[in-house]
Amino acid sequence: MEDNKNNIILSAKDVVVKFKVRERTLTAIRRVSFDFPEGKVVAIVGESGSGKSVFTKTFTGMLDINGRIDSGEILFEGQDLAKFKTEKEWLTIRGKKIATVFQDPMTSLNPVRTIGYQIAEVIIKHQGKSKEEAKKEAISLMERVGIYDAERRYDEYPFQYSGGMRQRIVIAIALACHPKILICDEPTTALDVTIQAQIIHLIKDLSKEYGFTTIYITHDLGVVANVADIVAVMYGGQIIEYGNVEEIFYNPKHPYTWGLLSSLPQLGEKGHELFAIRGTPPSLFEEIKGDAFAPRSDYAMKIDFEEEPPFFKVSDTHFAKTWLLDPRAPKVDPPETIQNLHEKMVAITAKGGIYGER
Amino acid sequence: MANDNREVLLSVKHLEVSFYNNKKRFRAVKDANFEIYKGETFALVGESGSGKTTIARSIIRLNPTSDGEILYKGKKINGPISKEDQKDLVRNVQMIFQDPAASLNERATIDYCVSEGLYNFNLYKDEAEREAKVDRALQSVGLLPEHKSRYPHEFSGGQRQRVGIARAMVMEPEFIIADEPISALDVSIRAQVLNLMNKFKEERGLTYMFIAHDLSVVRYFSDRIAVIHKGRIVEIAPTDILFRFPLHPYTHSLLQAVPIPDPRVEKSKELVIYDESKRDLSGEKPKLREIRPGHFVFANDREMAEYEVKLKDMEQNPVQ
Repeated sequence: MEDNKNNIILSAKDVVVKFKVRERTLTAIRRVSFDFPEGKVVAIVGESGSGKSVFTKTFTGMLDINGRIDSGEILFEGQDLAKFKTEKEWLTIRGKKIATVFQDPMTSLNPVRTIGYQIAEVIIKHQGKSKEEAKKEAISLMERVGIYDAERRYDEYPFQYSGGMRQRIVIAIALACHPKILICDEPTTALDVTIQAQIIHLIKDLSKEYGFTTIYITHDLGVVANVADIVAVMYGGQIIEYGNVEEIFYNPKHPYTWGLLSSLPQLGEKGHELFAIRGTPPSLFEEIKGDAFAPRSDYAMKIDFEEEPPFFKVSDTHFAKTWLLDPRAPKVDPPETIQNLHEKMVAITAKGGIYGER
Repeated sequence: MANDNREVLLSVKHLEVSFYNNKKRFRAVKDANFEIYKGETFALVGESGSGKTTIARSIIRLNPTSDGEILYKGKKINGPISKEDQKDLVRNVQMIFQDPAASLNERATIDYCVSEGLYNFNLYKDEAEREAKVDRALQSVGLLPEHKSRYPHEFSGGQRQRVGIARAMVMEPEFIIADEPISALDVSIRAQVLNLMNKFKEERGLTYMFIAHDLSVVRYFSDRIAVIHKGRIVEIAPTDILFRFPLHPYTHSLLQAVPIPDPRVEKSKELVIYDESKRDLSGEKPKLREIRPGHFVFANDREMAEYEVKLKDMEQNPVQ
């Protein structure tokens, strides 16, 4: 992964996003910087309210009406997307260059239009093709995303499709413009596990075939392990740790990442309490002082409540925003539960990664 | 496992639940048979639309059954029953719902939400006792008595689910049906709620029916598991047996689909899709049969023989 110097396709610099909620201001994203390497799958992990969706919505100008980018830059193809004001500007990017697949496929599809129409519409609009050409391409896209008998199903409506099939259609629509970046915002959360496995597989296959960069938002660490090349962990409106997928799972450094991994039910032993992160996430209405996770952390030091930690380098690809990595901090080992994670997971899976005892 | 000497709390026999749409009949649950023992956590696992919630709802009489019977402590509780029995059932069997936002009355204070059951069943001598009961229930789920005057929207998802648990616990039930109680919650909050449910099980000897689609949670949380597919229970076994010796191909595909939070394991995994239409369904009609004590699988004679071979092989070579 770290072998070739990756081109950066999109770069966010010190992005701050604020929302006006009634009379108050909520800071959803607090100075987040991140470079997305071209062709990779970057997974953004976090709980609801951590800012993972909001962060990526700034790339396509899809913040809710009461939200705005307060400061910072989003550099993509030589343009600063943070400066975009009009819908016209966004239309050159949204859907065309950066497409999004959302969680609920029923709300992304128009219920009164046929499936075929909705795919062809995009092809006609963005690629300027004729109706017949568009239909042909739409059918081949439908086949590509795994719809059997695509020609017949072209004229069906969304309600005639199952949840998993609808999500395949949403992916087909997203691909119709050959985007450079595909943002997948919890695309499988509403689907069953067996269908989830198929959709993830499909997204990975297509990203290789079409060569797009994937930003995958999820809260499920199992899914992350499957899809990601690079993982960014978000908490309280900031990225608090990022690195290659193996670095995050096998050598995590931030106490919040430790907490997330420790509370995995797979690591729970029957008859013993499952590890739980105490407390609740911080309110983003108030200014956060120091490390946002400090009040819930078992490893918080005095400085965590006073000063915000910078990113400390763990390896060339792995960085964590915690004072624990400061040379002056006492040496702390990650909790026992998540040490030798790989050995523990191997012990609960049979051959071929099937969940079950050996 | 010798199940015979354990007390059966709930038994479901040949249960069938149908829904009608313009006289078109849809059988949501087909010939379901299982027993839940006192003090255990029994999990019902399956995909959406498999009928797991329908079974739960028919136990608490929210869905009428079309065939078979449900016995609670040996008494029939489906179909027409006396007012007394109905009252007893509602008191002793409580349900925790998936969506804590939708299951609480948003115009009522937490105090009322938790007390509603007490009011309905007159389970308190005087106001002081009611208050004490509510306070105790709230404290037991980690909320404070001063939260009583607040409304559900003032709480986070995890806290709301605790209120949901508190209002079930205040009734001092024997049996709790938890329908995906943690699916709507965040990862770090899930563990808190699971620990809480386990605490009550130990302290009060509760029995749970736990409905879920996430096998990793089920494995940690339950004693026995029933796997349901398209309204049909295809396998029942104690948790460790099901994970060690899954027999039915659908159980297998479910286990296979669970993403393992380990990049090396996960990235080397192959994708297997369960397609019922590609299975050899020849032979006579299958039914749920006991292949080992306590381990049931949906099979006919031919499949039974196949599973027997497979099981022997797995038992002799535990490490594949």
